[in-house]
Amino acid sequence: MIRRQLWQRLTAHIDRPLMLGIVLLLLTSLLVLYSADNASLSQPLNQVRNIAVALTCMWLVANLPLHYLMRTAVPIYVFGMVLLIAVALFGEISHGARRWLNLGVTTIQPSELMKVGVPLMMAWYFEKNEATLTLKNYFVAALLLLLPVALIARQPDLGTSLLISASGFYVLFLAGLSWRVIGGLFVAGLASAPILWSVLHDYQRHRILMLFDPSQDALGNGYHTIQATIAVGSGGILGKGYLNGTQTHLDFLPERTTDFIFAVYSEEFGLIGNLILLSLYAFVVMRGFIITGNASTYFTRLMAGSITLTFATYTFVNMGMVSGILPVVGVPLPLISYGGTSMLTLLLGFGLLMSIETHKKLVKT
Amino acid sequence: MNKQVEFKNHQREIFHFQLRLVVSIGFVLVLLAILLIRFVYLQAVRHSYYQTLAESNRIFIVPIVPNRGLILDRNGVELARNFSGYTLEIKPNQTADVEATINELSTLIEVTQKDRKRFKKQLAESRNFETLMIRSRLSDEEAARFVAQQYRFPGVEIKARLFRDYPFGEKTAHLIGYIGRINQTDMKLLEDSDLASNYRGSDYIGKTGLEQSYESELHGTTGIEQVEVDAGGRAVRMLSSVAPVSGNTLVLSIDVKLQEIAEQSFGDYRGALVAIDPNNGDVLAFVSKPGYDPNPFIDGIDTQSWDELNNSPDVPLNNRALRGQYPPGSTIKPFMALAGLNFNTRTPEETISDQGVFYLPGSSRQYRDWKVGGHGSVNMFKAITVSCDTYFYGLATELGIDNIFNYLSRFGFGKKTGIDLEGETPGLLPSQEWKMKRYQQIWYPGDTVSVGIGQGYNLVTPLQLAFATATLANNGVAYKPHLVKEVRSLRSSENRFIAKDPIYGLNIDPAHLDLVKRAMVAVTQPGGTAVYASLGTPYHIAGKTGTAQVIAMKQGEKYDADKIDERHRDHAWFIAFAPAEQPKIALVVLVENGGHGGSTAAPIARKVLDYYLLGKVPKPLAVAEVKEAGEHD
Repeated sequence: MIRRQLWQRLTAHIDRPLMLGIVLLLLTSLLVLYSADNASLSQPLNQVRNIAVALTCMWLVANLPLHYLMRTAVPIYVFGMVLLIAVALFGEISHGARRWLNLGVTTIQPSELMKVGVPLMMAWYFEKNEATLTLKNYFVAALLLLLPVALIARQPDLGTSLLISASGFYVLFLAGLSWRVIGGLFVAGLASAPILWSVLHDYQRHRILMLFDPSQDALGNGYHTIQATIAVGSGGILGKGYLNGTQTHLDFLPERTTDFIFAVYSEEFGLIGNLILLSLYAFVVMRGFIITGNASTYFTRLMAGSITLTFATYTFVNMGMVSGILPVVGVPLPLISYGGTSMLTLLLGFGLLMSIETHKKLVKT
Repeated sequence: MNKQVEFKNHQREIFHFQLRLVVSIGFVLVLLAILLIRFVYLQAVRHSYYQTLAESNRIFIVPIVPNRGLILDRNGVELARNFSGYTLEIKPNQTADVEATINELSTLIEVTQKDRKRFKKQLAESRNFETLMIRSRLSDEEAARFVAQQYRFPGVEIKARLFRDYPFGEKTAHLIGYIGRINQTDMKLLEDSDLASNYRGSDYIGKTGLEQSYESELHGTTGIEQVEVDAGGRAVRMLSSVAPVSGNTLVLSIDVKLQEIAEQSFGDYRGALVAIDPNNGDVLAFVSKPGYDPNPFIDGIDTQSWDELNNSPDVPLNNRALRGQYPPGSTIKPFMALAGLNFNTRTPEETISDQGVFYLPGSSRQYRDWKVGGHGSVNMFKAITVSCDTYFYGLATELGIDNIFNYLSRFGFGKKTGIDLEGETPGLLPSQEWKMKRYQQIWYPGDTVSVGIGQGYNLVTPLQLAFATATLANNGVAYKPHLVKEVRSLRSSENRFIAKDPIYGLNIDPAHLDLVKRAMVAVTQPGGTAVYASLGTPYHIAGKTGTAQVIAMKQGEKYDADKIDERHRDHAWFIAFAPAEQPKIALVVLVENGGHGGSTAAPIARKVLDYYLLGKVPKPLAVAEVKEAGEHD
């Protein structure tokens, strides 16, 4: 009886359907990692540790009432901007890219923080000005997005700046940015493509060109694309079976526990497996949209929608990259790829979603 | 009324938001559909194509490592070369018990304690799935013995490889540097500069010296071999290949014979020697003593030998010629004299009466000459010849630190020369601004006095002083010093020459140059401070001695070499160029704790000059041959 009460207290702020989807994806992660790491337990065990840390953080955030959450928006954003400027001024140049800040004890990469900080700040800003939204407000919000994005793009870290742009754009979109402006931006984007092309670094152009002809770079990223596509394609409808992927186990697949883990999965579980995995992701995303639809305040709606759409985008970008329709950018497969940082960022996002869902009754509109 | 509007707005907003949400869901469905179509295309429509690729035609892409470029001296003598041999390598992730495997191996092939230590160190630092070397340079017999027993050792293989070798060992160590195994830091650097694919299969990368500075020339382009493998991963046949392109050959301006003679002439002394052709900036010899043998570094030096080198009081790993910063001492005087003439602070004829002590106006602090009692009546010519401190105390004071700073920086003092070797230090040419920044103090007149004889805040590297000497020898026309003369490409059979144009010309009055150069010739003539340097030479040497204090003397204390710990004795300098009338070589010799420039540094310079100008090879001799000739600085 007491035990049950305790359990209820502990899980009061955990959204059951969302948790179910997350747990299934995490179990898949461990299963695939075991195969990808050549039937060794070392990476799966480390991943269990990563998951434990990230789940704890998720639980903490889920229990945080929303007004606390809102209060963190400005400090997090300002802190992130200060760090980004500090990086631009005296960041450590690690071999051509200025991304890290040396704090003496440890080096940090402020762009990671801004993945959460930017949408949080924008949602906060819209909430503040909810009553009197004009085009000017969208302009200011866009500025809040573009400042950090420009700083990150200058580092140069094009991948991260594009992903942050996407999550910021989702906030603008959900906040009701007019279709005409969106259309205008789209046209402007197309028109500026040649200019963008001219400011890209050689290696960035190289990665895009390689998409059309992977054999150009048969020792580097092109090789990754070629081998990953072969792995996916040779998986067929039913897959080669667990632990039986030849691409995986004969060392053909590069980075197979991190960015290319989907190739391992796809080779061993085939099209059927892919359908199941896509359904799982779709389930999580749909639950996210339902939470967004239920959300009681402007801030939480924008936040929940942006988190959900960003999660879907990461999934699409990773699977697209592995199956050879997008260029190779360093985006892990959400909740499945090996790694502590991305696991933490993602589950923090889900913690926010759960807090939004489970605290809504307490907030008066 | 107002309230109602707001309420309506709110309703409308919710409606708008839900519309946006629906569009978002539609967007996600489109993404989903794209992925689905792609998966169906790859896994259902094109499945048999990819299955063929994956199963019946397993193609491995194997990198072929290019041969590293050679490094030759100006006469074509090999300073860094490759030879082929066998190594024994272990793949730790395919070996059940590495320790047991090594023990088993040692019954077949000699595996020393050093090999084991090195292997352990590599294992700790290794990247994933890397093969690690347990033994290198196997004899043919050892290789054959292992091959016969290979089946017993899964994960152990024998490989034919090219080894790097530095035949001159410690004589060229500071110059050539060495290559070493690519570690995680190197790998990250390569990845971030997008070079990682060209280093697939490469195990080594330049770590120091020219091997590091010219890494991009020396490495070459990795080739690709497409190999078909069977189900077990064994190569069955080669399908196609792109041949690797060997690294470029570096031809140095160094004359290795000259380098050897210079190196030997130091005997047991520590120090540095840099010789430059003033007419084009070719560095002819580049010595830092003591050296170290770079060869053990290639495959990872064992901890014990490393500690010995690293903790030695002689600091053999320090490149003194490039990075050692010392007070220039009296070698600064010719440049100071040119500054005095340039700013009309002194005319050549002006004489001072030297009583052996200099006082700043209104101060009782003594600035002593090295010669007790002084040199009597001294003009500029004599001041250089006998290295009169008092004269230069006064000159520096009258010039002022601003003029000194401006003029000396034209000769490259306080700046990197820009030589093609990484890690150069800039030395130090003090200025008012510098002192304020460094010590938050204004510049005092007393600071200028000691700068005049090169004993103040100023610091130079031997390379820097050699550059300044070469520029002086070449009448103010400066060439950037360079070690690599030519880069030879095997691919295009095209030879690129390192820039040979002067970087700038100082407009020095020929009359000023003439005076200073004549005075420097007189330094090596009877009455000068380095008379032994040119005893019996058929050519004229222009030179200047110098001593750099290691510890400061108290007011009124007398320097007595015999009473001072050897490592606290003064450093000896000698700068020179010859033939004085038409210089072909300019050089700097630094002898650490060598005492007087004239007695320890100048004889070394003499041997180098004799070889370079006359082709005379010195008999093996001890450096202390010219003992206490009674000369001073």
